[in-house]
Amino acid sequence: MSTFFLSMALGLLFLMLFSMYRALFGPTVLDRLIGVNAIGSKTVILLLLIGFLYERVDMFVDIALAYAFLNFITVLVASRYFHKRKGLYEESFMD
Amino acid sequence: MDILVVLFLITGLFFFLGGAVGIIRMPDFYSRLHPAGKLDTLGIFAMVTGLAIYNLHHFSLEALLLSIKMFLIVFFVFLSSPTATHSIVDAGMRAGLRHWTKKKRKG
Amino acid sequence: MIVSNNGVAKKAGNTRPTFYKSFFSFLITFVLMFLSWIVLSGKFDSLLLWLGGISSFFVAYYFYDLLFPAMESGYVKVFFRFIAYTPWLIWEIIKANFHLLYLAFHPRMKELIDPHIITFKTHLKSDIAIATLANSITLTPGTITVTADSDGVFRVHAIDSESAEALPGIMLKKVAKVFGEEI
Repeated sequence: MSTFFLSMALGLLFLMLFSMYRALFGPTVLDRLIGVNAIGSKTVILLLLIGFLYERVDMFVDIALAYAFLNFITVLVASRYFHKRKGLYEESFMD
Repeated sequence: MDILVVLFLITGLFFFLGGAVGIIRMPDFYSRLHPAGKLDTLGIFAMVTGLAIYNLHHFSLEALLLSIKMFLIVFFVFLSSPTATHSIVDAGMRAGLRHWTKKKRKG
Repeated sequence: MIVSNNGVAKKAGNTRPTFYKSFFSFLITFVLMFLSWIVLSGKFDSLLLWLGGISSFFVAYYFYDLLFPAMESGYVKVFFRFIAYTPWLIWEIIKANFHLLYLAFHPRMKELIDPHIITFKTHLKSDIAIATLANSITLTPGTITVTADSDGVFRVHAIDSESAEALPGIMLKKVAKVFGEEI
């Protein structure tokens, strides 16, 4: 079962690369924000899997819960911050 | 019992894969939010369900509390994910970002 | 539903209504905080239980009107109807997620999708009903709530015409039934 969890974690890491592409090369700032949010929601599961691999789930559950909170606060604050940039994205919206 | 755990984890990974592919392939930022916000939510739900079932193999009070704590994560994500998505959409609207339509593409 | 709510509120209004309302919300907040303390700590020492009781008492005493404002006596019924509403919502989410999954893996996706914004008006009054409807719409894939104001006007971004047509119908009816309001 431990091997299966390890392969699951590696699969999640592989999927993170897809979102990392969007976070690095996204046309607008908000696209990068979507990529960061997707990476964060995968990290929550990854932390739980790491907890099962090291057999310290009781500790890693708390870390995963705190990470979920932090991810939510990050997205909320960043999108509030970019409210005021009116007309910033017009030229990047071409295709 | 292990079959159920494997099934749930594979399903969750499949949902995450759909979300990642959707984020790459969708044409504009509003439609990218659809797979990003929601397929990830269901992926978290499926994977945490599988892990919580695996955690209850050796049944005890501590294991039950751990599983409840895991479902607390799911509950919180279900509550917070629409709010985060709505916040990003609102930021895009206020910045004056137009959304991609089919007619505009043809013309 | 509205008539019976008023009757209950009037009956409670004879004897210091504000005290009872605030005490009820205080009690619910206290129980909720204490339960989450127990789940998060996971230990049952008497010292830890006392500390949790004291701190959740203070939290509930100062912030009782933050979580459940305008507490009515018919709130318990609303709570049970909300619990009955959740399985339907989860089933709807799963069903619509497969539709979105099909869209994401389709090779000719750009011909299938047709993003547009629709506007519709409802007659929901209370804030919590509007918030629940907005979150339900966002949680069901294919549609995202763009704005929802307190008059009940919703602007929704839909990804294709199929999910746009299904929108203001059955979900609005269910939410209005949960909170006992007219459509």
